[in-house]
Amino acid sequence: MQKNSLTLDVFCLKSKKMTLFDKIWNKHVVHAIEGGPSVFYIDRHFIHEVTSPQAFDGLRKRGIPVARPDKTVATADHNVPTVDQHLPIRETLSRMQVEKLTENCAAFGVELYGLGHPFQGIVHVIGPELGITQPGMTIVCGDSHTSTHGAFGTIAFGIGTSEVEMVLATQCLLQSKPKQMRINVDGVLQPGVTSKDIILYIISKISASGATGYFVEYAGSAIRNLSMEARMTICNMSIEMGARGGLIAPDETTFNYLKGRKFAPQGTDWDAKVAEWRTLVTDTDAQFDQELHLVAEDIQPMVTYGTNPGMGIPVTGLIPEESSLEEKERLSFRKSLEYMGLQQGAAIKGQKIDYVFIGSCTNSRIEDLRQVAAFVQGKQKANDVEVWIVPGSKQVEEQAKAEGLRTIFEQAGFQLRQPGCSACLGMNEDKIPAGKYCISTSNRNFEGRQGQGARTLLASPLTAAAAAVTGVVTDIRDF
Amino acid sequence: MKINSRYIPLNIENVDTDQIIPARFLKATSRDGFGKNLFRDWRYHNDDEGQPKTDFVLNNPAYQGKILVAAKNFGCGSSREHAAWALKDYGFDAVVSSFFADIFKNNALNNFLLPVQVSDEFLEGLWAAIDQNPDAEIAIDVEQQTITNVTSGEIAHFDINAYKKNCLINGYDDIDFLLSIRTDIEAYEAAHV
Repeated sequence: MQKNSLTLDVFCLKSKKMTLFDKIWNKHVVHAIEGGPSVFYIDRHFIHEVTSPQAFDGLRKRGIPVARPDKTVATADHNVPTVDQHLPIRETLSRMQVEKLTENCAAFGVELYGLGHPFQGIVHVIGPELGITQPGMTIVCGDSHTSTHGAFGTIAFGIGTSEVEMVLATQCLLQSKPKQMRINVDGVLQPGVTSKDIILYIISKISASGATGYFVEYAGSAIRNLSMEARMTICNMSIEMGARGGLIAPDETTFNYLKGRKFAPQGTDWDAKVAEWRTLVTDTDAQFDQELHLVAEDIQPMVTYGTNPGMGIPVTGLIPEESSLEEKERLSFRKSLEYMGLQQGAAIKGQKIDYVFIGSCTNSRIEDLRQVAAFVQGKQKANDVEVWIVPGSKQVEEQAKAEGLRTIFEQAGFQLRQPGCSACLGMNEDKIPAGKYCISTSNRNFEGRQGQGARTLLASPLTAAAAAVTGVVTDIRDF
Repeated sequence: MKINSRYIPLNIENVDTDQIIPARFLKATSRDGFGKNLFRDWRYHNDDEGQPKTDFVLNNPAYQGKILVAAKNFGCGSSREHAAWALKDYGFDAVVSSFFADIFKNNALNNFLLPVQVSDEFLEGLWAAIDQNPDAEIAIDVEQQTITNVTSGEIAHFDINAYKKNCLINGYDDIDFLLSIRTDIEAYEAAHV
C-alpha cells in the first residue's frame, strides 16, 4: 500500500503540469516548515530610504552584517526633490532619511545609486534598465510596486520593513505559497488604448481586492504584443487589485530588451541564460485557481473617478449610480465621491483638471515620455493647468534630453523635472493642493495620496497629455 | 493568549495604508511614535490636533478598546509597515475584518498585531452589537483560534498558520529562526546560486 502511494506520488510529480510561477517558486524553496511557510531564497533585494532605516538598525542591534551585499542594491527615490538635485535637500526629515541611507549603505557595504549618481532613479525603473532584473529571479523590495519586475518573468513582490531586515540578515524570507490566477487578454488594442488602460480596465472589472491572496500571470496575444515597458506598467499595478505580484512569461521581446544592458549576462553566458529563460513558460494544461478571459477590443481609454484604483470607467462613461451598488458598498462609495467632489451618474469627460502628473514607477519610462512628446509636439498646455513630467531615472532624463523631448515639452509649457517618486505619493515638495484635481499616470488615487485633500484621477500618459492640452478630461481619440 | 476587549467600529471598506498612516509621516528612522499620526487626516481638520473631526470614530469617546473592527480589504495599498506600527503604538492588539490585504497581514503578524479574518455575517453581527451598545465586547483566544461576539455569543474560528501562531504566543522572531538554519541556506546557495 505504502509502496503504491509512493509510486503514485513520483508519477504525479513527473507528470504535473507547472505554471511559470511554480517553476520559479520551486527552485527557490530552501526549506519547508511543517504547517507553516517556506524558507524562500531571494535573488535580488532593492532598498530605498523610506522602508530600510529600521531594518539596518535591527542588524546593528543583533550585531550581524548584510548576508549578501552582492545581491542588494540601493537608491534614493521616495522623498528626493525633483528640482535642484545638486543642492542639499531642503526638507530636514527627507534629507536625514536620505543621509541615513548613504550612511547605512557605506557601513554595510551595499551598492548605492544615490542622488547625483548616473544610475539613480525610481527603484522599479532602474532595476530593469540596468539589466539587474532578469527572468527566473526572485526579487523583493520594501515597496508594494516591486510587482513591476514581474514583467520579466520573475517572482517579484513588496515586503514590509521586518521582512527587509530578514532578507538583509539571511537573504531569505518566510513565505506561504499564494493561489494563482491567469488573466488572458486576447485581441488587438484600439488606437489610443495603452497598457495602462488594460490594467485599469482589469482592476475595474475585478475590484481593488479581487486578486488578494493570488499571484497573477498575464497572458494572451494583447499582452504578448506589448513592449517590455508597457508590460512593466501592467505588472506594476497588480498590487492595486490586491495581488502580491503579477508576471509575464519572458520571450524574444524580453531578451531583446535585456541584451547589452549593464548587468545583463554577456558573451557565452548570455546564450546559456537565454536557453534557460526559454523554459520559463506555463506548461500547456497547467491548472490555475482562477482564470479570466478578456477581449482587447472591449478596452477603451480609462479614467478613475473615485478613491481606489478599482473605481475606473471608460473616458466616455458615466460615474455609476449609487443604486447600482450593493447596500454595504454604498457608504464607502458616497464617502469617496464626496472626497472627489464628483456626482453619481455624471460624465467624467469634460471634468476640469488643475494639475497633470506624468511620472511614477507606473509610467515614467522613455516610451511613456516619447508617447507624450509625440502627442504634444506643436501643441500648448491649457492656461490654468500645471504640468509636471518626472522621469523615472537619471538615464531616462538624459535620454529625453538627447532625443529632443525636453525641447518639445518646454515649448508646450510642460516642466521636465529630475527623477524620483515625486507627486505619486507627495513625500517630497511635489504635492497637489487640497481640493485640486490632478490627472496622474501614477498608480493610486487614495485620499490624500498626492497631498492632503488632493483629488487624483488615474489615467494613461496619452490621456493625461490630452487633458494637459485641453484643461479637462479628454478622449485622446477626439484628436 | 487572549485578547478580550471593547472594540472600535470602522465601517469603511478598502481602508488603505495611506489612510492608516499618511506618507508624510514615513520620514522617521525609528519604529516609535507613529500612533499619534494614526488615521491622521481622518482624525483632524487641517492637520491640527486642536480641530478633531468629531464624526470620526476614533474621536468619539463612546468607543474604546484594543480591537479595531473594519470593513473588507483592510490595509490595502502600500507595503509600509508603519501602518502596523501606528496601530500597535496607538494601542490596538488586534484588527478584525472580513478581508485583509496580504502585505498588511504579514506586517501585522511581524509586530504582534493580530489580524482576525471573519465572515461577512460575523462582521454584520459585530456592527449590530455595537450599534445597540458602544460597550460591546469581543473575546479572542489565539490558542483555540476563536473569536466571540460577546453580545450575541456567536463564536467563529479563524485561520492562522501554525508557525506564526507559535511565534505570536511565544514572542518568537522570524529572523532568529532563519539565522538558526543558516547552514541550510548556505547549502542552498552552494548548490543553486
